[in-house]
Amino acid sequence: MNFLLGAFKPACNISITFTDGKNRKQVPIKKDNGQILMNPLFQSQETIAGKIHIDSYQGKKVEHNGVKVELLGQIEMYFDRGNFYDFTSLVRELDVPGEIYERKTYPFEFSSVEMPYETYNGVNVRLRYVLKVTVTRGYAGSIVEYQDFVVRNYVPPPPINNSIKMEVGIEDCLHIEFEYNKSKYHLKDVILGKIYFLLVRIKIKNMDLEIRRRESTGAGANTHVETETLAKFELMDGAPVRGESIPVRVFLTPYDLTPTHTNINNKFSVKYYLNLVLVDEEDRRYFKQQEITLYRLKEETS
Amino acid sequence: MIAEDDEKWLAAANAAVKQNAFYMQRAIDSNNLKDALKFSAQMLSELRTSKLSPHKYYELYMRVFNELGTLEIFFKEETGRGCSIAELYELVQHAGNILPRLYLLCTIGSVYIKSKDVTTTDILKDLVEMCRAVQHPLRGLFLRSYLAQVTRDKLPSIGSELEGDGDAQMNALEFVLQNFTEMNKLWVRMQHQGSSREKEKREKERNELRDLVGKNLHVLSQLEGVDLGIYRDTVLPRILEQVVNCKDELAQCYLMDCIIQVFPDDFHLQTLDVLLGVCPQLQPSVDIKTVLSGLMERLSNYAASSVEALPNFLQVEAFSKFNYAIGKVVEAQVDLPAAGSVTLYLFLLKFTLHVYSDRLDYVDQVLGSCVTQLSATGKLCDDKAAKQIVAFLRAPLEKYNNVVTILKLTNYPRVMEYLDHETNKTMAIIIVQSVLKNNTHISTADEVDALFELAKGLIKDFDGTIDNEIDEEDFQEEQNFVARLVHNLYNDDPEEMSKIIFTVRKHILTGGPKRLPLTIPALVFSALKLIRRLRGGDENPFGDDASATPKRILQLLSETVEALSDVSAPDLALRLYLQCAQAANDCELETVTYEFFTKAYLLYEEEISDSKAQVTALRLIIGTLQRMRVLSVENRDILTHKATGYSARLLRKPDQCRAVYECAHLFWADECENLKDGERVVLCLIRAQRIADAVQNMTNASRGTSSTGSVALYVELLNKYLYFLEKGNTKVTGDTIKSLAELIRSETKKVESGAESFINSTLRYIEFQRQQDGGMSEKYEKIKMEWFE
Repeated sequence: MNFLLGAFKPACNISITFTDGKNRKQVPIKKDNGQILMNPLFQSQETIAGKIHIDSYQGKKVEHNGVKVELLGQIEMYFDRGNFYDFTSLVRELDVPGEIYERKTYPFEFSSVEMPYETYNGVNVRLRYVLKVTVTRGYAGSIVEYQDFVVRNYVPPPPINNSIKMEVGIEDCLHIEFEYNKSKYHLKDVILGKIYFLLVRIKIKNMDLEIRRRESTGAGANTHVETETLAKFELMDGAPVRGESIPVRVFLTPYDLTPTHTNINNKFSVKYYLNLVLVDEEDRRYFKQQEITLYRLKEETS
Repeated sequence: MIAEDDEKWLAAANAAVKQNAFYMQRAIDSNNLKDALKFSAQMLSELRTSKLSPHKYYELYMRVFNELGTLEIFFKEETGRGCSIAELYELVQHAGNILPRLYLLCTIGSVYIKSKDVTTTDILKDLVEMCRAVQHPLRGLFLRSYLAQVTRDKLPSIGSELEGDGDAQMNALEFVLQNFTEMNKLWVRMQHQGSSREKEKREKERNELRDLVGKNLHVLSQLEGVDLGIYRDTVLPRILEQVVNCKDELAQCYLMDCIIQVFPDDFHLQTLDVLLGVCPQLQPSVDIKTVLSGLMERLSNYAASSVEALPNFLQVEAFSKFNYAIGKVVEAQVDLPAAGSVTLYLFLLKFTLHVYSDRLDYVDQVLGSCVTQLSATGKLCDDKAAKQIVAFLRAPLEKYNNVVTILKLTNYPRVMEYLDHETNKTMAIIIVQSVLKNNTHISTADEVDALFELAKGLIKDFDGTIDNEIDEEDFQEEQNFVARLVHNLYNDDPEEMSKIIFTVRKHILTGGPKRLPLTIPALVFSALKLIRRLRGGDENPFGDDASATPKRILQLLSETVEALSDVSAPDLALRLYLQCAQAANDCELETVTYEFFTKAYLLYEEEISDSKAQVTALRLIIGTLQRMRVLSVENRDILTHKATGYSARLLRKPDQCRAVYECAHLFWADECENLKDGERVVLCLIRAQRIADAVQNMTNASRGTSSTGSVALYVELLNKYLYFLEKGNTKVTGDTIKSLAELIRSETKKVESGAESFINSTLRYIEFQRQQDGGMSEKYEKIKMEWFE
């Protein structure tokens, strides 16, 4: 293998470092092959700057037609694999055509880059940001190196945040009223609420609250919808009687959630739902689903 | 088979708990919080089972409980290592399953309270609120029980370091009350779980869990700062509200009992109307009697233990409240068995006696209420009720130890009317024994009347009962009680005393042939005592027509004793006649004396046929007659003559002989000069000697069979002679004595008489008298004789 690799290995080695790479927060990102890598975290309007080092192997001369670095925002649909849609593309030319004999360093800077969308890794879709360095060569094929980075955007708390309150039921069988304290939660929020049992004629075994993610991709006839249950949290054990009220308190921290994404570049949407499920002794399920909005709240510390 | 499965499941669950506890311990040892939480949650997941019976579930719970102790310590240490407790508090709530989550929350909550980082109140409120999420009765009960357990030593109270202000206390109170309410709801709900076929079993299991609920009340009572005001305004109403609203027999019964046992006495006293007011609101099937009796017993003991408490009882009118409440209960529970209602009244009575010992009217009121109740049910027949009512009636007796007090209770006899015969008798015995034991003096005729009315179970037979089953010994014993009772009836005033005697007589005479022989003597002697007293006292102040003259009483006695002769107890009647005669003699009533003798003689002639009885009777007659002083000479002659005649007609010769020489005394009264007929004395003795000779001849005729009799007779005669010699009967001569002595000597030579010691004593006596100074030796000079050695 080694000699094979050696045989086909590129003529030079490109590495990318960020200016504040040592201090910048790193977040895990799951790669295609399941590997988890730590990538630096940015947000919109940040300046992305750093250095690019190019080393030729054993002092070999590398001829090139120019060196450039691109900042790309890409959406990748899995059913359309390999086809990226770039919604953002910025280029910096680093070098005019010439030769590289030894290690060469190019500083680069993309100042105040508009990155409206967050990095997202879904079931059918991926949104990613990447720095792409290309050493263009005419005959031997260009040498390309990628560096992923993560973008997260923080928003202030929404000014209007009503509670969710609803009465549902099956006639003469089950009537409940539930209440969640908000309709919009940030990712480290706590869902508080209450479930009132107004009428109980079925033998309930337990009650769960599920957090579900609905990811829809494509548009029109090609829309794909994928729903995942991210959390199943038991709220109640046993059968309540009329008049009982059961408290709800769900911490969102432990779950792998993202903000709600609506119609990202006309390609995809990610929505979240709270699904209240009652299970009776014959394992019949009674449920009611409510959409909630998730957002990423600016953290005090960062 | 189900039990087997139960075992199997428990074993499996235990094994899982053990394993997870082990991993948890290991995680704790390596300070791995995440794993510790993970394994503790897994361990707690075993408690989610629905398969175990409450009993087995408890075992499992205890096992888990022990492990949670380690976890609590770990949490404490963890907070020491810089992990914020608030973070921990959140962290445990990430657990996906509700039951492990809440157990962990309670555990960390208790640490949280101790850390004083937050207000205790907030945590308590949060915990008790969150626990609502477990609605499964069994699991919920144990979870809340765990909550109560881990928080109980951390509840804020007066002077507590946590927060001493009143608000926190109220909140702690609120916490316990709420936990109690929820637990009770779950507990009550348990009965509806599962199929109706197993209802009985389920109720049994449910009963086993009751202490989990009751423990809350205990915690409440231990909560510092719960004073009377708070108890009255908050605690009790809240508890009672829950008790009433749960509408469950088992719970109501148990909780009422709990309330009564757990809270202090004076609280109960001050909230009596509230507590009692609840009783009619309970389910009809609730055994209110147990509840009320528990309460009354408790308060009785309280009253008994502290004197200072008594004014409080008066202040709150405890009695009328109880009386009213019991009335209500009895009214409400139509099918309450007699035993039940009697038990209720018994406890009310005991309570009254303890608390209002000086209020006889209250006691009587209780009795009255009981009568009203009994009148609805009629005579009591079942054993249990009888037992209860005996206890009921016995209570005032034991309290007052004085029958006279009891007699003042007008309703007491009315209650006794509802007893069956057996019970009535038992009760009568108890009453009489009380009199005897306490040596109660009953001093008025009315009281006596009432007493005998009460004790009539002993005094007479009931109509229509056949007493063939009665044990003779027991019967005698019982009647002895009556006899002894008669002696306790006493009044210094003769007039009243005679009334008493009249009353007693009236009752005793109803006793029937079996009782009379045992009871009449007591009456007679009691009367005789009175007569003696009358005689000893001054002139009768009431004049002749007063009832308390000896004559009248004797008249009465005569009639009374006559009743005895009707019931074939002639021996006894005869003795009593003689006693009466004696008394009459002492009172110097000649005709009456004569009358009594006549009766005695008639009895002797007509009724006494047994020869041994005759001997005894005759001796008594002679003895009594000898002492009669009031009789005129003719009357005395007649009686003496008769007696002598009887003597001579006895069947056995030795008896004849003895009777005859006894008769000699009839002619000789020491202190009375005109009653010293020496000649007739000697005549009697000679006659007796003749009979003795006849005996001697008979013995000789059938020698070998009996030989001692006659010699003894001779010696006895010799002694008689000596007696009269000493008394100065001049007709007794030395010759007579000497010849008798000679006779004795010759007889003893002939045969082993068996009377040697008697002879020797007699001789020693003679010798002794001879050596005395004064008149005696002179008299004895006359009978100087050479006795062989």
